Amino acid sequence: MSTLDLTATTAVPLTRRTWFIRTIQLAVIAFFIGAWEVLGQAGILDKFYYSRPSLFVPRIGGWFAEGLGQGSIYRDIGITLLETILGFVIGTLLGVAIGYLFARNELLGKAFDPLLSMFNAIPRLVLAPVFILAFGIDLQSKVALGVTLVFFIVFFATFTAIRDVDQTLVDNVRVLGARRRDVTSQVLLPAAFSAIVASLRTSAGFAFAGAVVAEYIGSNAGLGRRIATAEAFFDSTGVFGGIVLIAALALLLDAGLQLAEGAFSRWKPRREH
Amino acid sequence: MAPAISLRDVAKVYRPPRKRPYLAIEHVDLDIPAGRFVSVVGPSGCGKSTLLGLVSGLLPPTVGEVTLLGSRVTGVRTDVGFIFQRDALLPWRTVRENVELPLRFRGERDPARAKEWIVRVGLGPFIDNYPHELSGGMRKRAQLAQSLVRDPSVLLMDEPFSALDVQTRNLMENELLNLWGASGKTVLFITHDLEEAIALSDEIVVMTAGPGTIKARYPVALPRPRNVTEIRFAPEFVALYERAWADLRDEVARSYKRSLEAG
Repeated sequence: MSTLDLTATTAVPLTRRTWFIRTIQLAVIAFFIGAWEVLGQAGILDKFYYSRPSLFVPRIGGWFAEGLGQGSIYRDIGITLLETILGFVIGTLLGVAIGYLFARNELLGKAFDPLLSMFNAIPRLVLAPVFILAFGIDLQSKVALGVTLVFFIVFFATFTAIRDVDQTLVDNVRVLGARRRDVTSQVLLPAAFSAIVASLRTSAGFAFAGAVVAEYIGSNAGLGRRIATAEAFFDSTGVFGGIVLIAALALLLDAGLQLAEGAFSRWKPRREH
Repeated sequence: MAPAISLRDVAKVYRPPRKRPYLAIEHVDLDIPAGRFVSVVGPSGCGKSTLLGLVSGLLPPTVGEVTLLGSRVTGVRTDVGFIFQRDALLPWRTVRENVELPLRFRGERDPARAKEWIVRVGLGPFIDNYPHELSGGMRKRAQLAQSLVRDPSVLLMDEPFSALDVQTRNLMENELLNLWGASGKTVLFITHDLEEAIALSDEIVVMTAGPGTIKARYPVALPRPRNVTEIRFAPEFVALYERAWADLRDEVARSYKRSLEAG
């Protein structure tokens, strides 16, 4: 192979390297799960507390085999996802609207700055009991917690994006004949939109976490509820089954959003390898 | 004939939040006849970019009066083309969409005209690319097309080629002279590069270190059409360069000294 054959020298080792890394990553996961199983079988990890993959994997299978009906796993997943989506959508809309308003109106932004900072300083999960008291153990309290988590991420992303928008872009379109609403639609909102897309995965993750935690604290359905119930019966296998299911859903959610993010970011420079 | 651009005893004070206000330019009187290519040179921080802000209406003058194409400047003027030093293309729009933008703002849809200008600045093959996919020189070409598509009679250019490498810069300078050629447009060109100023212009204006004011004006009597790469060796070019540099050198030294003192 010629040393100047650029196509070959870049493309081939890169894919090979990618596969190499994938293999190592799988090996690490397999080692971790295997160690858990072996240590469990040997009695070093007490199965009462830590369960074992060979126990909770069939348990998860069992849940799906139970089929539909009251308290089924499908209903739990559906409810948790619904809470996540509602919290995410409402939190995002509020965050964008208020972030935009505060960035465009200096007085408003300054007036609310201390209050917002205060709220942001509260670890939002401690608000879960407040919401459960206020909204009950149904959907609303879970959505409310998700909204408070998502709101601040999207609010700050929007606020910063609009306040720090490149003044050259604004000046340029103004000289090119943009009216106020053109500046908003052509420069400010797209700048904010790209910041929101970048925060999409973080905020969706938070909405999901908010839903599960609020369910855990007080609810009659959902994956968080399932874990709480298992815990009440000292059923660590049930707890781990729920945790693994939650992790799998979170990964799926994130992968989906990663695709969405890519589709919206075609205009952005990609880092080269 | 009335000048295309006129500044009368203009001064500009900036008041940055939580910092001391400072005087960027003062006592600036400048008339630019229609159709002339005039460059303003000065050390960094002399307020030469401020001039363009005032002429375009993006900045209001603190004192004095600015007149553009026969009417007093009181707000943002959309009858000029403005080429910014920094990238000004919308990064989320393709070259085509960026060049069509000024037409859309005026409620026109003229994809043929936008395309014609994109081809004219040599970006035909890149019409559907995003700005980040272009080189710095290509982005400047796109900005030229974006500004010229509305056919403004005045072109304001703020160190447009300063971020480019020397070869690309010379290419772009020649390209600019070709586009400007017989167009009859008035150009106010800001640069810190005396060579560039002389090579391009009908007249150069030397500014003092900040607060900037006009120190000297030199007509450039070099024949056109010019090739900016070759004209630098003409004896008239060298003679003018030496005279203007004698003026500029002191200002550059003063500006540098001041920046050291300011720390």
